[in-house]
Amino acid sequence: MSKIIVKDRDGKEHILNAEKGLTLMEIIRDSGLDIEALCGGCAACATCHVYIGSKWIDKLPKMQDDEESMLDQTFDLKPGSRLACQIEFIDDYNDIFMELAPK
Amino acid sequence: MLKTDIVIIGAGPVGLFAIFELGLLNLKCHVIDSLEQIGGQCSELYPEKPIFDIPSQVKINGNELVENLINQSKPFDPVFHLGQQANQIKKLEDGYWEVQTSANKIIKTKCIVIAAGAGSFVPRKPPLENLKEYEEKSIFYSIKDKSIFNNKKVLIAGGGDSALDWAINLSSSCDVTLLHRRKEFRASPDSVKKFFELESIGKTKFALGQLLSIQGKNGKIESITYKNEMEEITNNYQYLIPLFGLIMKLGPIVDWGLELDSNLIRVNTENFETSIPSIFAIGDINTYPGKLKLILSGFHEAALMSQKAFKYCNPEKKLIFRYTTSSKDLHKKLGLK
Repeated sequence: MSKIIVKDRDGKEHILNAEKGLTLMEIIRDSGLDIEALCGGCAACATCHVYIGSKWIDKLPKMQDDEESMLDQTFDLKPGSRLACQIEFIDDYNDIFMELAPK
Repeated sequence: MLKTDIVIIGAGPVGLFAIFELGLLNLKCHVIDSLEQIGGQCSELYPEKPIFDIPSQVKINGNELVENLINQSKPFDPVFHLGQQANQIKKLEDGYWEVQTSANKIIKTKCIVIAAGAGSFVPRKPPLENLKEYEEKSIFYSIKDKSIFNNKKVLIAGGGDSALDWAINLSSSCDVTLLHRRKEFRASPDSVKKFFELESIGKTKFALGQLLSIQGKNGKIESITYKNEMEEITNNYQYLIPLFGLIMKLGPIVDWGLELDSNLIRVNTENFETSIPSIFAIGDINTYPGKLKLILSGFHEAALMSQKAFKYCNPEKKLIFRYTTSSKDLHKKLGLK
């Protein structure tokens, strides 16, 4: 089974089972990690902000306008900032690393 | 003092449908919402996004759904108290509840229905140290009196319509800089054009970056530091207006003594009453085994809740179950002849 690696806000790394077709937000949320994901995944709230590991950034699909616009409303942005709800997991992303952004 | 059968907290889709269900049972509703407009998340977060799982609606967007629900509730003359939060509740000796809003309105009611979704919408605050010290003194999330900025140095942070509109608006009366993380804006192209026209003649300034820190004392800002990919920049400003949209927070409801389960209100599934009798919770804000956060679940919860609310409001009366298709009594309530 494919995995993703998620670093929580205390610096602890979690290895989560990842299934093709789920979004990164759904994988993180269903694991019980603390990701708010208030709007449920429609790029409308920016509460699933994560930092994608630097070597993965260019491998992901480019941001659509609504994701980029939502990032305008959030803080602590870094080069790897993405909304986890807008990235659908595929097996090419096995072992992808990300960090939860501060609340 | 206002008096009613039911106070509904939250004017989102579930709160609106509750007006209808309660109205069919002759119960009058007052509705409180922190936003200035009706519709909750549907209007604020995804007005244009299509929803596909509202029964019988193949495809409907947030705004259309809200408009339909408002029309559906119209025969029952709900009273809306918008732009205010339900702050406090108090049980009175005569059995009524007293609900006090942040605008100091007091409403006496037999039942309270909490349909507050994920909470009330409040401004999104930048994570800056000592933010509180400056709020309402030299940091404002909304502008009531723009004359306080006259001839001052003001930094507006954000990249949406309100940030651009205020930057344009204040350009004639103060030294205004707009700080945004990129050169693109999620705002009307006209505003963007107007802003950069003003910038080109020195009436406004544009800064690229994100807020980093505030320096000052006793609530007075002296300078603000922001950073971009190249550098950190500190400039003198007297006011900061962060305009990063709205986010939902549960707010005062957590202190009302209701049984909670990770910030959701526990209810029973027979009538969606909370741990406190005559207070109900419906829609996304409640939890029970098997709960699904769907608008359609909230509709179902509203219907069942209404049956129990009727009993609180009419302890002597027997409730006769009727269908809207055939009941003359219901037709009359709906304004049909």
